[in-house]
Amino acid sequence: MELAFLFEKLILVTILFVLTLSIAAYSTWAERKVAAWLQDRVGPNRAGIFGLLQPLADGGKMFFKEEIIPSGSNKWLFIAGPSLALLVSFLGSAVIPFGQNIELFGRVVPLQVTDINVGILYIFGVVSLGVYGIMIGGWASNNKYSLMGAIRGASQNISYEIAMGLCIIALLLVTNTLSFKEIAEQQHSWHWNVIYQPLGFLIFIICAFAETNRVPFDLPECETELIGGYNTEYSAFKMGAYMFAEYINMFVSSAVMAVLYFGGYNYPFMDNVNALLGPTWGPLIGVAVMFIKIIAFIFFFMWVRWTIPRFRYDQLMDLGWKILIPLAIANIVITAIVITVVDKL
Amino acid sequence: MESLSGRKKVLEQKPMNFWERIYLPAIFRGMGITFMHMFKKKETIHYPEQEREFSENWRGMHSLKRDEDGRERCTACGLCALSCPAEAITMISAEREKGEEHLYREEKYAAVYEINMLRCIFCGLCEEACPKEAIYLDGPIVPADFLRKDFIYGKDKLVEMPINELEALKGATV
Amino acid sequence: MSLFYFVAFLTILFSLLVIFTKNPVYSVLYLIATFFTFTIHYILLNAQFLAVVNFIVYMGAIMVLFLFVLMLMNLNKETEPVKSNLIKIIGVIAGGTLLVTLIGSIHALQTTAASATPNSEIGLVANLGKVLFSEFLLPFELSSLLLLSAMVGAVLLAKKDKRTQNG
Repeated sequence: MELAFLFEKLILVTILFVLTLSIAAYSTWAERKVAAWLQDRVGPNRAGIFGLLQPLADGGKMFFKEEIIPSGSNKWLFIAGPSLALLVSFLGSAVIPFGQNIELFGRVVPLQVTDINVGILYIFGVVSLGVYGIMIGGWASNNKYSLMGAIRGASQNISYEIAMGLCIIALLLVTNTLSFKEIAEQQHSWHWNVIYQPLGFLIFIICAFAETNRVPFDLPECETELIGGYNTEYSAFKMGAYMFAEYINMFVSSAVMAVLYFGGYNYPFMDNVNALLGPTWGPLIGVAVMFIKIIAFIFFFMWVRWTIPRFRYDQLMDLGWKILIPLAIANIVITAIVITVVDKL
Repeated sequence: MESLSGRKKVLEQKPMNFWERIYLPAIFRGMGITFMHMFKKKETIHYPEQEREFSENWRGMHSLKRDEDGRERCTACGLCALSCPAEAITMISAEREKGEEHLYREEKYAAVYEINMLRCIFCGLCEEACPKEAIYLDGPIVPADFLRKDFIYGKDKLVEMPINELEALKGATV
Repeated sequence: MSLFYFVAFLTILFSLLVIFTKNPVYSVLYLIATFFTFTIHYILLNAQFLAVVNFIVYMGAIMVLFLFVLMLMNLNKETEPVKSNLIKIIGVIAGGTLLVTLIGSIHALQTTAASATPNSEIGLVANLGKVLFSEFLLPFELSSLLLLSAMVGAVLLAKKDKRTQNG
């Protein structure tokens, strides 16, 4: 029993790891394709059919470039920065449920690496650690632009974490649990949380953009002002690690949004489908639905990137502190009042 | 101040109303515009396979012309080299021997004629300066290469192919 | 148990490194590592909520601010002020008093059987919430009031003075 359990988790972790890597790699391809489509262009199409081998080509290029460590930099921390960014970005996917319990070879397998009862807080903690990679790397570069980028990244992440946390509190009032699995189960078929928490979702997605340092909140690395920000001095694979971490963060935050607000692997009429296909193929459809939702969110991230221009720094802070946080608090109060009134009735 | 032309328009900036201030409608409109662009016709020209049509006054790679009998028109007068603002053209002249009348039209010809394509700015002044109508910038785009020395084009690359050879080539491909 | 001793050793090692490293940024990084070992201790005690909150609040927010300020000031050996002997003596006395207090309190606090074998369920979110909002409601609300007053004070300090702005 114990060995089988370990084996099962090992396989699940391996699949998840490979999946995360490949989705992140193909996000780089998709980013360029989406950018091209939105600008009436074709995008990468030379490496393989539809340019599908482009991530491999990019990765090969990154590996063979010259590694430059600036002489004035702090060597250990210079290497620790991108490593930490990559490590932390992988941690998040551990608590995300990708599907219902599935029956495989006579065993019931949960499609989630671990279901801890503080899952949301865990994700929140991992996200808050993500900024260390940027800060340490930016500071260790011994470059003014890098330092500016690192400091912007830190202040931006801290500011938007507050609004994000307040959104989650309103969501918890609705769900009454901190476990991802239970939250996903509660949204059975079409009872998605976004119906009960539309304002919360709006604030959450804006904060997700800020936490992943994506346009319009890419101030830590804005090329036009800070010539690359925290990764100005980075080259070759360390630069690639930062880029990869950003795409993995995007994948994880898309998955979190899909589970918290868009029902995860739940879809309307899923009971009928499950009854029709049985306990192995039914949940697999759910997994497919989950990934469609994740990919839709990733597309949304890219779509926004190529539509909305970057915020100015003071606008960013105004939006975070003066608009999103009061709105999120109002959201909590309204949710609490509505729940109390409904309970009384 | 009074506008003299009477065409001056004063831009009126009204304070934004509620929907304009929350910005979301404007953002959604913008996102709609970019989304619609996904379905528009792609402007890309797939270069090596497709080529953009050149305009009539396009100036590309030089070619040294031949006359109707297939003889080189260039007489190595050096006016093109003199007119060249980028100092890209050099040549060595030679005198036509007996029996070479079918090769060179004039009594003097260019034994060596070199254009440095890295210096050339494709201004077309050599074309204008030539009294013999021997040089024209009517070729394609100068291709890329790896070494600087390969960008110095000699007569082997510049002189137009004789008409009979050109026709033989055409016949072979058809 | 051996895991506990290993983590405890790491905690002490990192906290010593916090004090003995010259570079303030390294110091903060070691402090972060120390807090991380605290998180592991909480998990070993099955106090999941406390572990995650320690993770978020201390590692994720407060230490980021520490690092932020240190990086902004860019402290290094040249900018370090010369400390007079008087300050050193005061420091030793203050540290010594703290040590005496700690030892005294540990000595006074008899470890009872109840705390030696902790209730393994108390650290879970639901149980903790029930205890906080029933038994310890007054201290909980008072501490929230304290935080609120600190927040109001910070806003007041950060707000620009209207008169100096205009004049």
